[in-house]
Amino acid sequence: MAFLTLKNLRFRQGTWQFAIDAKIERNSCTAIIGPSGAGKSTLLSLIAGFERPERGAIFVDAEDITALAPALRPVTILFQENNLFAHLTLARNIGLGRHPGLQLSAEDKTRIEEAVAAVGLDGLEDRLPESVSGGERQRAALARCLCQDRAVLLLDEPFNSLDPALRHEMRSLVDRLRRERCLTVLLVSHNPEEAAEIADTALFMHGGQILERGNLEELLKRPRTSQLAHYLGQSRE
Amino acid sequence: MARSPGPLTRKFYAIARISWPGVVSALFLLLLIGATFTVLLIGSGPIRLINDLGKDPYLRQVVGFTLWQASLSTLLSIGMAIPVARAFARQPSFPGRRLVLQLLGLPVVTPVIVAVLGIIAVYGQSGILRDGLQLLGLSWSGRFYGLTGILVAHVFFNFPLSVRMLLPAWDRIPSENWRLASQLGMNSRQLFRWLEWPALTSVLPGTAAVVFLLCFSSFAVVLVLGGGPSATTIEVAIYQALRFEFDPPRAAALALGQLGICTALVLGLHHWIRAQSISRGLASGARYRPDADQSIHRSFDLAVIGLTSTFVALPLAAIVYAGCTGPLSSVLLDSRLWAAAGRSVGIALAAAAVALSLAAGLLVTSRHLVFQLRRRTESDVLQIAGSITLAVPPMVTGTGLFLLLLPLGIAFDLAVLVIILVNATLVLPYMMRTVGPAFLDAGHRYDRLCRQLGMSGWYRLRLADWPIIRRPLGFAVALCATLSVGDMGVAALFDTSGAITLPVLLYHRLGAYRFDEAAVTALALIVLCAVVFLVVDRGIGRWHS
Repeated sequence: MAFLTLKNLRFRQGTWQFAIDAKIERNSCTAIIGPSGAGKSTLLSLIAGFERPERGAIFVDAEDITALAPALRPVTILFQENNLFAHLTLARNIGLGRHPGLQLSAEDKTRIEEAVAAVGLDGLEDRLPESVSGGERQRAALARCLCQDRAVLLLDEPFNSLDPALRHEMRSLVDRLRRERCLTVLLVSHNPEEAAEIADTALFMHGGQILERGNLEELLKRPRTSQLAHYLGQSRE
Repeated sequence: MARSPGPLTRKFYAIARISWPGVVSALFLLLLIGATFTVLLIGSGPIRLINDLGKDPYLRQVVGFTLWQASLSTLLSIGMAIPVARAFARQPSFPGRRLVLQLLGLPVVTPVIVAVLGIIAVYGQSGILRDGLQLLGLSWSGRFYGLTGILVAHVFFNFPLSVRMLLPAWDRIPSENWRLASQLGMNSRQLFRWLEWPALTSVLPGTAAVVFLLCFSSFAVVLVLGGGPSATTIEVAIYQALRFEFDPPRAAALALGQLGICTALVLGLHHWIRAQSISRGLASGARYRPDADQSIHRSFDLAVIGLTSTFVALPLAAIVYAGCTGPLSSVLLDSRLWAAAGRSVGIALAAAAVALSLAAGLLVTSRHLVFQLRRRTESDVLQIAGSITLAVPPMVTGTGLFLLLLPLGIAFDLAVLVIILVNATLVLPYMMRTVGPAFLDAGHRYDRLCRQLGMSGWYRLRLADWPIIRRPLGFAVALCATLSVGDMGVAALFDTSGAITLPVLLYHRLGAYRFDEAAVTALALIVLCAVVFLVVDRGIGRWHS
């Protein structure tokens, strides 16, 4: 069985419908591409537990997590914004990954220091989010995700607002951490070429469904559906 | 075989488990209003009500006058507020602008009875204004008590409030529009016609609706300045029916009428009132505009602002002056004053605490419903429930509780409790509108993050919400406590000693024509309000988690 399985998931918002079946391998990095409104973020919300499906189930490592609260799932997520509490220092924000009331043991503190070092934020622990750069804020958020010790990392376009060089740097960081810590990464992206830097496989979503799946490079080179071709700007002129 | 609960039952329990705070708050309000309504209905007898309202000329006159004075007050307040707000918007920077705007915020928190005293001292029959006019060889011999006095007082309270509520409209005009207008060579009148008026129309109905409601259920102003049966509003008529004519059925009928009209008004104007935030409204006004620097406009604006400030400041200054030069020692050494002040503060803090608990319940559940269960309608219902007391004036609730407790013989024993309860419902809408936006915004920004991290209950309140709502909460509780310290309506209804709260004590000194003592008492009340506001605002606003 695959590591992350989405079995016959159904979800509805007004008249908009969502129907997904997917299997994600352990320690892989999967890009989710597709036009706005395709359901990419909804997919992450369902996996993270912010939305409950009408039908279907989600399995991680053969365990059914469909009914679990977000905090109890083996899943962590990085949003596009508001990943950090603006009124708490970076260290406290990261510490929330160890205990939701910040009651930290000595071990927790070691783990936080490790995570801070892993994302290269040494010396900035006591700053407030507003006094560091956008890249440093997302690094801190990533450090918090690491502290949570979750097997699945969901990235909901968290690096979008960064400069190209910083985006590249963050992607390399994620790639390195995935290999070191054996994470399974799902990455929503508006930019398939950039996603290709770290993602091996891809899901192409359109209208609440997965239309194509497979090797990302292959999909980009030889789209099978007209929707993907259209999305990539390769439709027949 | 034991049946496991079905999915619907489980869903119900899941919703009930997290919704109970809001449900408890809403039930409490519903119970209070339902009990009030039932007591009034039984107390008046439905047939008698219809007969009364249809045939009794006195009642018809009271209702008519209430509507008439509220309409005139609204028209005057708004009519004066538009040019003044425009002057503030056109002059975004002059020395003391902030200070003047803060001065315009004072009448709302000044105890009505104190302001009335100041208004009499300045604009009254033998006031400073008349003396000044006589020096200039002018004289005015109209009656001040009656409609004139009521209008002056209502304008004093609501015209500055309207200015502050209208001012944010200018911020909604995009700066490109001003540049475009100057390209097109528009003059001041055309700017108003094409840019400012369209922006104003979005806030004008809400402001007018709030002012009308406030004037419609105005009590202390009319009680003191009405001066006779020809100028009596429904609320004052209720008070007189209960306290002087000992006619509970008539009071109940009047209260039902007041409830009916207010509810109809709130329902009818609901759309506009909802959009209108009751906030500090210290907007900075327009940026670049072509007619701002012309000296004729600038002098006109500054003159308008100067006149406005004088109009508002004079009565307040008169009180402070009269208070400082009055018989300070004899009034301040009176133990009745201190006892009344103590009760006032106790009532105010308790009322603010009750209102805060009710608001917290409604808001916590409302946030839960909208962000986690995606039930926007139910969430809106809870938020509207918090403003429902706008439709049920305190005097009506007070009358209901009075008639409920009177036959039991404990109406006056429970006076303090009843005043706390009614004042809590009085200030609840302010609490909801001040804390609500910040609390919901905290949810909007951090709801998913909190759920991801497993922060709920106390952890979430302490680490995620408190730092964000601390300041608005401090302001809200301070505002509510201050409003409650200064409120007199229900306290007057339940008073037996003439000194149950400080405003009631002041009213009785005023009624006995002891103006010197009244001025000192008024000064004490102002100081009390200021102390309560500052201590609570700073106390909560600076309290870190």
